[in-house]
Amino acid sequence: MPEDALFAEVLDPGNRADPYPIYARLRRTPVARQRDGAYVVSTHAAIRSLLFDPRLSSEDLPPSRRPRTGNPLKDWLLNPIRNRVANAHRPLIFRDPPEHDTLRGFVMSEFTIARVNGLHGRVAALVDGLIEACRGRDTVCLVDDLSYPLPVAVICDLLGVPEQDEPQFHAWATRLATALEPDARRDEEARRETVATFDAIADYMRALIRRKRRQPGDDMLSGLARRDRPGMGEVDLIATAVLLLVAGHETTVNLITNGMLTLLRHPDELGRLRADPERAPQVIEELLRYEPPVHFRTRKALGDIAVAGTTIPKGAPIVLLFAAGNRDPERFPEPDRFDPDRTDIQHFGFGGGLHYCVGAPLARIEAEIALVALCRRLRDPRLLADPPPYRPGASLRGPENLGIRIGGIL
Amino acid sequence: MSGRAGIVIVGASLAGLRGAEALRRGGYEGPLTLVGDEPYRPYDRPPLSKHVLAGELAADATALPQLLPLRARWRLGSPATGLDRNAKIVRLADGSSLAYDTLLVATGARARRWPGEAEFAGIFTIRGRDEAADLRAALARDPRSVLIVGGGLIGCEAASCCRDLGLPVTLVDPNPTPLARALGTLVGGTLAARMRAAGVDLRPGTQVRALEGEAGQVCRARLADGGSIAADLVIVALGAVRDTGWLSEGGLAADAGGLTCDGACRALTRMGVPDPNIFAAGDVARWPNPLYGGRLIAVEHWGNAVEQAAHAARNMLNPADPQPYAHLPAFWSSQFGLNIKMVGLADGADSVAIVQGSRAAGRFLAVYGREGRTIAAVSFDEARWLPAYAERIAAGAAFPPIHDATDQPAIETRPPGFPPPRPFPASRGRVPEAAHA
Ligand SMILES: Cc1cc2nc3c(=O)[nH]c(=O)nc-3n(C[C@H](O)[C@H](O)[C@H](O)COP(=O)(O)OP(=O)(O)OC[C@H]3O[C@@H](n4cnc5c(N)ncnc54)[C@H](O)[C@@H]3O)c2cc1C
Ligand code: HEM
Repeated sequence: MPEDALFAEVLDPGNRADPYPIYARLRRTPVARQRDGAYVVSTHAAIRSLLFDPRLSSEDLPPSRRPRTGNPLKDWLLNPIRNRVANAHRPLIFRDPPEHDTLRGFVMSEFTIARVNGLHGRVAALVDGLIEACRGRDTVCLVDDLSYPLPVAVICDLLGVPEQDEPQFHAWATRLATALEPDARRDEEARRETVATFDAIADYMRALIRRKRRQPGDDMLSGLARRDRPGMGEVDLIATAVLLLVAGHETTVNLITNGMLTLLRHPDELGRLRADPERAPQVIEELLRYEPPVHFRTRKALGDIAVAGTTIPKGAPIVLLFAAGNRDPERFPEPDRFDPDRTDIQHFGFGGGLHYCVGAPLARIEAEIALVALCRRLRDPRLLADPPPYRPGASLRGPENLGIRIGGIL
Repeated sequence: MSGRAGIVIVGASLAGLRGAEALRRGGYEGPLTLVGDEPYRPYDRPPLSKHVLAGELAADATALPQLLPLRARWRLGSPATGLDRNAKIVRLADGSSLAYDTLLVATGARARRWPGEAEFAGIFTIRGRDEAADLRAALARDPRSVLIVGGGLIGCEAASCCRDLGLPVTLVDPNPTPLARALGTLVGGTLAARMRAAGVDLRPGTQVRALEGEAGQVCRARLADGGSIAADLVIVALGAVRDTGWLSEGGLAADAGGLTCDGACRALTRMGVPDPNIFAAGDVARWPNPLYGGRLIAVEHWGNAVEQAAHAARNMLNPADPQPYAHLPAFWSSQFGLNIKMVGLADGADSVAIVQGSRAAGRFLAVYGREGRTIAAVSFDEARWLPAYAERIAAGAAFPPIHDATDQPAIETRPPGFPPPRPFPASRGRVPEAAHA
């Protein structure tokens, strides 16, 4: 396989179960130009250096273009207006400083440690209920039974979405799940569905925000909707709320599912975690390195950038291949070994630099509680298929489902 | 290296401790002795002019964590008073002497004192934890007005704490702005505006000529411009003097500006040859830095003490393979709600450019150039990109090094406004060439 086609291999769903050998080949050229002009960055040092380079832009999406509806009024009048609004108010993960910082500042001021820690009990209760619901069965379909429903319920709680609206949210979350995938905008039919879902969720949010403004609760949306936030208008607020839903959903699903998959492949580690739940933080950190839920993110070069012996030209798309950096032998001894006892573990599981994940503390809590409960309560768990089937996404990579045969619920 | 006397470290603070740890980590198993003037185990100084003065942290709660078992002998509270290089012994104040095979000099610096003849109560310096505790106690007694002499890092941080405590503060500095020597007056001007907005009575461009007292208590300062300032508490922040007095008989190239070393942290004799058995690290060391054209520099920053001590330790353990110490100086400071971070040495710059953010917004990153190369960068509440600039300073990149950044203003290059070097009025003897003084 020629060097400049390796990233196409990464994108090929056939390689989803084990992309790591391709990553190892990519790392031979820390910054590798691909045929389509994109530059794939795969060593720990080069990724790190670029994460702290101010010439990387996250505003790399093509301008949004709503698909045709067939209705001329909508297509010629409404769509261009809505496109302009959407482009000007992208969610902060697709924004550069200084607007990014303003928006992120507001989110951080509401994403307090106290608020996240306050969710502990709720997460534990949810996990308990979801596992309890599997009682009497001899197989668990981990994604459907637990990984998927948990994060949406938690984010609804965090944002303050009323309980009766949660099922609706689940449906939207499912349809938006792949919205952050880099190639999510290719297929016209998928785009139509995504746009329709965004519209629906935006309408819902607009109404919810109005209610929160009239009757503020102690939830995050009420906090974000306070009127003393210059730089965060209603459209930004909606974009932010939707981002929190989307960014915290599929990622957390993957972390829990990858986590259980990895533990089932390393039964000694599963046993250790069962015996000693205090190990959970270490296990999660190593998971974020070893099987991260987000394999890469894309950027655009605003200038010519010389890094690791290559000059990335101005305007070129850049792929930061986090999952390859996480397995860089120059940075981690025995990188392909799953070893929660590592002490030096600076992974890119949550990215790094400017766009470092704001939800990291919450994701850690969810994954810790879920994995510890699964290890302790599933009797004799065994994988039904290894490797399991994967969803097609190469960036938000994770199993479609994970069948686990069990001897009962403890 | 495994002679019977072993390694002696003089100066039991940051550089001494981190040096000792690096020796053990590097596999040194022999005897190890740490000699300290102060009676305390190593503690951290940066909080002294910040959290301690603000009353958020007790002065005795600043102990440095010991990162691994040292198996060392501690001789605390007995300063070294002399060095005999031929006999390879260090003499201590209690009359005893200590033999060494290899010596690490890490005696740092002490605060430059007010040179006037009169000694009044109410005059303070900040270097050690006792000094900080005394000053904190005095601040807590609600002085009527505080005068700070010197607008360097410590003077500015002290001013910030005093304003947080609600005390009236006047700061006098001969330069046009605070931190002028470290940052230049263009960037220093931003800080001046911030200080004034916080209520500091800033008196740049003049100096304190004399301090006057009544009944043994300081009460007034006379300025060179003829004015006077009432003050019942004076903080003297005129920089530091290297603690090299005890080396004066040893034949080493040492003075108030530091102990001169070669590029591998080995102390030089007055004849200019390295003594293979004596190394130095931290504030006390002055060495030719390859990143700045081999210029002799001394750096009074935390990060250097840690890194240089580890480097010296490495060279002590590998005498046959000495490696040069190419350190990029860096410091941080917190004051007036600002997080200031700097990499590189800006003095000597001929231009400065704001490359991210803006001075008007109070958040920016400025880079300094000299003859077309980038030599330093400073951030005010905008530290996240600093690593990218540090990399370029170390590589000697063209100035300005980064174009086309997000939130980059049109880059405009201006003179940085460094004050001309001039001997400090209050000091006798030469002014050390330091990163900041
Ligand atoms: C108030 C204050 C705030 C600071 N804030 C910052 C900051 O924000 N950022 C930053 O980067 N840096 C800061 N610094 C600088 C930093 O603390 C120093 O660079 C660092 O302490 C240097 O460590 P050192 O071990 O070389 O010297 P020192 O810490 O000065 O230690 C030297 C030790 O040697 C002892 N000694 C001296 N003579 C003898 C002798 N003859 N015999 C035995 N022992 C002796 C001294 O008593 C002292 O304990 C600050 C310094 C001070 C004083
Ligand atoms: C295991 C779970 C998670 C993983 C692995 C993960 C991973 C990441 C990564 C890699 C980024 C960086 C994106 C980039 O650099 O382009 C990111 C950003 C982000 N994440 Fe997460 N995330 C997780 C959970 C969450 C949760 C639970 C939330 C919120 C509730 C969240 C909210 C966000 C937001 C808002 C950003 C954008 C931050 C910015 O642009 O400044 N994430 N996440």
